[in-house]
Amino acid sequence: MTTPAPILAIDGLTMRFGGILAINELSFTAQRRQITALIGPNGAGKTTVFNCITGFYRPSGGTMTLVHDDGATFRLDRLHDFRICKYAKVARTFQNIRLFPGMTALENLMVAQHNTLMRASGFSLLGLFGAPSFRAAERQAIDLAREWLQRIGLLDRADDAAGNLPYGDQRRLEIARAMCAQPALLCLDEPAAGLNANESAALSDLLLSIRDDIGTSILLIEHDMSVVMEISDHIVVLDHGVKIADGAPRAVRDNPKVVAAYLGADEEDAAAVMEGGA
Amino acid sequence: MAAPASYPASAEPTAGFAFILKKAVISALVALVLFFLMIGIRTEAGSSGQLIYWTRFGELASIVGAVFVGSIVIELLRRWIGPVGGVELPASVRGGFAVLGRLLAPALLIFALLVPVIFYNQRYLLDLAILVMTYVMLGWGLNIVVGLAGLLDLGYVAFYAVGAYSYALLAQSGLPFPHFIDTYPYVALDFLQLGQWAFWVLLPVSGLLAALWGVILGFPVLRLRGDYLAIVTLAFGEIIRLVILNWQDLTGGPNGISGIPRPTVFGIPLTPGENGFAAMIGVPFSPTHRLVFLFYLILALALITNWVTIRLRRLPIGRAWEAMREDEVACRALGINITTTKLSAFAIGAMFGGFAGAFFATRQGFISPESFSFQESALVLAIVVLGGMGSQLGVALAAIAMIGGFELFRGLDQFRMLVFGGVMVLLMIWRPRGLIGHRAPTVFLQKRTEISASLVKEGHG
Ligand SMILES: Nc1ncnc2c1ncn2[C@@H]1O[C@H](COP(=O)(O)OP(=O)(O)OP(=O)(O)O)[C@@H](O)[C@H]1O
Ligand SMILES: [Mg+2]
Repeated sequence: MTTPAPILAIDGLTMRFGGILAINELSFTAQRRQITALIGPNGAGKTTVFNCITGFYRPSGGTMTLVHDDGATFRLDRLHDFRICKYAKVARTFQNIRLFPGMTALENLMVAQHNTLMRASGFSLLGLFGAPSFRAAERQAIDLAREWLQRIGLLDRADDAAGNLPYGDQRRLEIARAMCAQPALLCLDEPAAGLNANESAALSDLLLSIRDDIGTSILLIEHDMSVVMEISDHIVVLDHGVKIADGAPRAVRDNPKVVAAYLGADEEDAAAVMEGGA
Repeated sequence: MAAPASYPASAEPTAGFAFILKKAVISALVALVLFFLMIGIRTEAGSSGQLIYWTRFGELASIVGAVFVGSIVIELLRRWIGPVGGVELPASVRGGFAVLGRLLAPALLIFALLVPVIFYNQRYLLDLAILVMTYVMLGWGLNIVVGLAGLLDLGYVAFYAVGAYSYALLAQSGLPFPHFIDTYPYVALDFLQLGQWAFWVLLPVSGLLAALWGVILGFPVLRLRGDYLAIVTLAFGEIIRLVILNWQDLTGGPNGISGIPRPTVFGIPLTPGENGFAAMIGVPFSPTHRLVFLFYLILALALITNWVTIRLRRLPIGRAWEAMREDEVACRALGINITTTKLSAFAIGAMFGGFAGAFFATRQGFISPESFSFQESALVLAIVVLGGMGSQLGVALAAIAMIGGFELFRGLDQFRMLVFGGVMVLLMIWRPRGLIGHRAPTVFLQKRTEISASLVKEGHG
């Protein structure tokens, strides 16, 4: 293989909401099998970037190119809605957890394998009459779900309603659910929000294992600087929809522009940036 | 930042009597405004067209008073019997209930199979049983759309009508070619030459046509949610009825269609003649045979509906329906095509409505637009809601309770609706999530634990 193309290349991405310019000519790349963090003060436009990548918003301008390991290339700015997950294999979590609260943890992970199972069930016709090929596919899906429940330590709560799980477990279950869609790129919107120090550390381990053991590339939005500095390979800093810094964690931490942006926004965050990773 | 996702809402007995009083006063005020013109002032056109009016403030006052008192009573009842679930029953009692619950469905099924044997000589009860089963089937059909997919459909009767008219028009008569015979009533003209097989060939056709209409009506409402979806589907139901009413050439308009072929036992007619079913098996002819056959027919159709629904729920499509009810945005992020998922729910729900419609047409032998009014949609929806959205057993129980109860109160004449409404209100206070309010998971690793209704979303409706 020649030098691998970045998994995601964003070029000149612009998103306008009426008069608001939420993202302005944003360009960055996310490398394959790396964790790329997207940070910035509140309202910087991070979630909006995610919504553009995952097809919830149609960008006002710019291109987003995703390249799979096998070279298959997808223009995310031309693909929409569910197709981004189904074909381009980009899965995401949400800033406010969006599990299916009335379904069990296991069922949540099964729904994530919808497209694989749908094909195996012959669009329900084979499945209706219990075809052996479908049953085998379903067993496989359950095995994958069980594996992920094991990874996030929720195996013994597999049959509990997702809405009944503690907050930290819900966060991890949402990540597991996204991973059950077998994505090439995993987008996580503030996965550490609301977690305590122990849970944050466990989360860091989980993300590192997703990168190293599964080989999935991760795009990470996070305010918790200890997590960001510890696990990211690359950091992109956004402020008011504009990229103000882009580089290795250490370089970004020492970048005066970044410190200024955070100082302007919130003293605590600025302090966190400075202390993070130390 | 993000609040922990929904925890079971705990009943809060905080508000005291002042709150109840305030609520009652507000209700009374609303009633006053609402009824002031409707009841307080009576207008009539006089002999020469002038306006005559007089006031009826006494009646108005009594109604507003009744609303005030009623509001207090309902609020107190709500406190008193409250939604169950907050009460923890001892383990032994709960175990007993669980056993009963598990036995209930088989017991009901066995009873249903025996109904024609037990009530063989009571035509009225057999008729009623057929009616109840029809509503069970309609309830199960609508349950796919409302209970599983969470799409509030107030126009389900449209598919019932499409099924009935598809069967009636295709099976019978020169209606599609009125110029052949331009007198009314049109004589039956079996233009498809299906003979005794008409019902069996046209039953699937009617279902498929209804499913097609499910998709056609589903497209425009794909983007609508909640109240908007409800209103538009309601309008669709009315449009179909009005088209049937006004397209006289095809449907016979308000006169309806008569002489619809009766069902046959797979080609053998249920008639007294030589080649009738009774002669065939060597028993004297009785008109009850047809009733018994109709009962088993609708029972079989309903059980097929139930079987398909239960199977579909455990397939990816069914899980996608429920996931869509829980959170549509998350579904899209997981690569689920919301358009096809919604349309498939509409289509399959409509298909069962179409089957039920074809059955209705063959049972009655006569159909007219009157049978497909909004009231039918509302009744079927009430059955689904009362049953507990998504619960197959609950829907069956609710259909029995509603249709049976309706007959039970027949002696009360004009007060029937009033009593019925009152009972419904009490039931919904007692069990706000329906008779069977919990959800059974579709797949499990260790054990199947019921999910409490407070966690399960009701969809956009
Ligand atoms: N759908 C929308 N319509 C209008 N404005 C929007 C919309 N979505 C986002 N915005 C605006 O875009 C800007 C960026 O919002 P965004 O949610 O992307 O910020 P963020 O970086 O994720 O912030 P936080 O750290 O608080 O999550 C905000 O000013 C927001 O008001
Ligand atoms: Mg955000």
